[in-house]
Amino acid sequence: MFACIFIPDFSVQAILRLEPGLRACPVAVLTGRPPLEKVMALNDRARQTGVEAGATKSQLEAWEKLVLRTRSEAQETSAHAALLDCAQSFSPEVEDTSPGTALLNLAGLDPLLGPLPKIAQNLAWRVSQMGLEANLAVAANPDAALLAAHGFPGITLIPEGREAERLGDLTVDILLESFSPSVKEATRLVETFDRWGIRKLRALAALPQIPVSERLGQQGIHLQELARGAALRNLRVLGPRLIFDESVELEDPIVLLEPLAFLLHRMLEQVCARLRTRALAVQELRLKLELATTPDDCTSTSARTFARTFTRTLRLPTPMLDAKVFLKLLQLDLQAHPPGAPIVKIHLSADSARPRALQSGLFLPVFPEPEKLELTLARIAGIVGEERVGSVELLDTHREGAFAVRHFAPAEAAPADSLVKHEVRQGGKRKKEMSMSGNSSACTAGETLQESAQEQMGTVIALRLFRPPLGAHVTVREAKPVRLRCLQREDIAGEIVWTAGPWRSSGDWSEQEGWSREEWDIAVPNDVGLVLYRLVQDKLNGKWFLEGMYD
Amino acid sequence: MSASPVLSSAAIGRPFIFSPPSSPRSMREKTAQKTAEILAHVGATPKLAAVVPASRLDGRPAPEMVPSGIPQLDWLTGGLARGCLTEICGTASSGRTSVLLFALARATQHGEVCALVDASDAFDPASAAAAGMEMSRLLWVRCGETRGVSRLRPFRAAQRPAAPQSPAENGSDFGRWKSQLGQMLKVTDLLLQSNGFGMIALDLGDVPVESARRIPLTSWFRFRRAVEHTPTALVVLEQQPIAGSCSSVLVKVSGRRAQGAGKKLSAFSSQLSGNSLRHSELPHTELLDQVEITVELLHSRLQNKLEKKPVQSTASFKSRAAWAG
Repeated sequence: MFACIFIPDFSVQAILRLEPGLRACPVAVLTGRPPLEKVMALNDRARQTGVEAGATKSQLEAWEKLVLRTRSEAQETSAHAALLDCAQSFSPEVEDTSPGTALLNLAGLDPLLGPLPKIAQNLAWRVSQMGLEANLAVAANPDAALLAAHGFPGITLIPEGREAERLGDLTVDILLESFSPSVKEATRLVETFDRWGIRKLRALAALPQIPVSERLGQQGIHLQELARGAALRNLRVLGPRLIFDESVELEDPIVLLEPLAFLLHRMLEQVCARLRTRALAVQELRLKLELATTPDDCTSTSARTFARTFTRTLRLPTPMLDAKVFLKLLQLDLQAHPPGAPIVKIHLSADSARPRALQSGLFLPVFPEPEKLELTLARIAGIVGEERVGSVELLDTHREGAFAVRHFAPAEAAPADSLVKHEVRQGGKRKKEMSMSGNSSACTAGETLQESAQEQMGTVIALRLFRPPLGAHVTVREAKPVRLRCLQREDIAGEIVWTAGPWRSSGDWSEQEGWSREEWDIAVPNDVGLVLYRLVQDKLNGKWFLEGMYD
Repeated sequence: MSASPVLSSAAIGRPFIFSPPSSPRSMREKTAQKTAEILAHVGATPKLAAVVPASRLDGRPAPEMVPSGIPQLDWLTGGLARGCLTEICGTASSGRTSVLLFALARATQHGEVCALVDASDAFDPASAAAAGMEMSRLLWVRCGETRGVSRLRPFRAAQRPAAPQSPAENGSDFGRWKSQLGQMLKVTDLLLQSNGFGMIALDLGDVPVESARRIPLTSWFRFRRAVEHTPTALVVLEQQPIAGSCSSVLVKVSGRRAQGAGKKLSAFSSQLSGNSLRHSELPHTELLDQVEITVELLHSRLQNKLEKKPVQSTASFKSRAAWAG
């Protein structure tokens, strides 16, 4: 059995999909160059008011409540892609018949999805969830299903062997619109059948085969088979599409974030719905905005506009599928990086990935929810700056203090008894490897004593850095610093009571950014006691500065 | 109040409520009788005055303790309490940062996700790596200026020391730290709301005491309420206690130089004597190794929940240089 999904008035429905508020209004879609625009499609409410296809825009001025929209090929493409996604979520054999029409093979799906009426109902419901109102027909062959979907509204099920009986009530026009290769050919055939007095498919099916062949050739035989519902063919199966795009062309440019967020929300919901039908999630989200800007010379009367694009990319550490989270992330990102010009077109595309699968455990440590964590990071980045939040990665260089801040994406928890090894790098010359093992999760006296044996190595004394380093005036005696006065902080001054060093290091001598330094660890008394500092002399310019304080 | 019987009409239809007629006098009598009964019942109820406040209930669940990684500190305090605020205070070079980094390192090694809100941008990644930190599980938030940071050329930045500040902008000026502290409070709020962090550390180690004490006490109350009943241990590093009654545990850290073999060295902190100081040269391992860090438990609201320990409020351990074996 085959099913056909047909979207009547596809151009109108592609627009209503992103503007569901217009469903209760009469809507007409115009095409053509201004001022010669004509109605190419309209919905039922518009037909009830008397509007007809082909009417010019000036003729439509009599209808006050009629909503006019310009045809959007981008939205039609998105709607058709959503339709195919929906069909492919039910069956692997899907034919991309025409814009707004899809055929799918339902053979063998009964054990998985239930009886045919249930499959048809679920399919229609899924399409309606996509924001499209479809005619759906199920028949024994693809062409019969296609004709029934074009001819009958709602859900139609044609039992096997009764195709001719059910299709007989349809007019010949439907057959010609659906299958004739060109408009000219269809017009010729309509005239011919009209002269013969044939209006319905039943009459065409009843014609003797040989005279039809003599007068209309093989095409006539094919049409007669279609009218009987007896034409057999294979589906032109569509390959899997993993591109999830949504586009909106705006008639009036958007300059504020709120209306943009409103549109983005609708687009994100559509993208998520399409991904959900394939059991996929979003790994990367790209927002491309086409901006309209006027030339710098505003006094120019020509007022020509040209478009430029503004692209933002959200790379998610784990695949997610929550339209609200995406919307908030995009809002925060656009607040931090505003486009800077009115927006005339929105294009949203998503890279898909398998959804995150996590096996929870009673004894695993707590872990932030990825969606919540991403929102928190975005908000924190809005407060302190994008480059000041993240996880640290030490760079593979001997240069002191070289690190990079990466996007924070913590890995899943490892077993608690894993051996942790890490490498210590200090000043490029002092390297040690230390292995530590920790296996206690509760803090009891017994476990504390057990751990104490492993942690007898002691606490590593830490350095607190001054960013930027504090300039210092240093008195040197016998090649050793003996007195210090900080240029920025008056409280750091005095005699150096202990010194250790120097540690000399240099690097990148072959490049312009070469460095050479001499490092001292010193102790300077203050009001409360001795304070340990790291004192560094830049050997390239001879300046001294305090790099940090041991604490 | 008397109950009204619900009757239904003979015909099929909606039931109606029918109140029997009663005189106002009989109503007053009934009300007085009921009141007397209730008062008699209340009077007969024993020990109403002996209700124990919930805060003093012995059955109050003790918070889960997470080891700090330093056995002496764990022995003294029981570890760091989840769902509570712990203060670690100490002066410069007392070893407080080493304690904090070691606790963070221990938590990250056990698979927990931690956050460090660095109010003064003083975190040294190399020290954290030396302490055994799993860097991928530590979220580092640097408060301060929001302009871009030169990450790949820090040394060049070092060659351009900061411009001298006027006395008004000196460390005692709250205005200088206002933006950093404001950012720190906002970021901490967000982190506490996001849940899932094993430990959140606020580093106020370089913030002058005068400025740190100007953080509204309501902020600490808010943090305490936000972290309550969560698996997060909130740790604040500071020079002097600032959270008041909001902190569950207050620990003071002080460091002093241990007596080296064959060396006559003075103590580090309060035992410092100016007359005994002489300029001396030491190798790195002598100066930074074997610094004795003393931890003193100033107060703990969890003490009655912990196991009984010997009466002792201090514990000491020795630090080592990062490159020492």
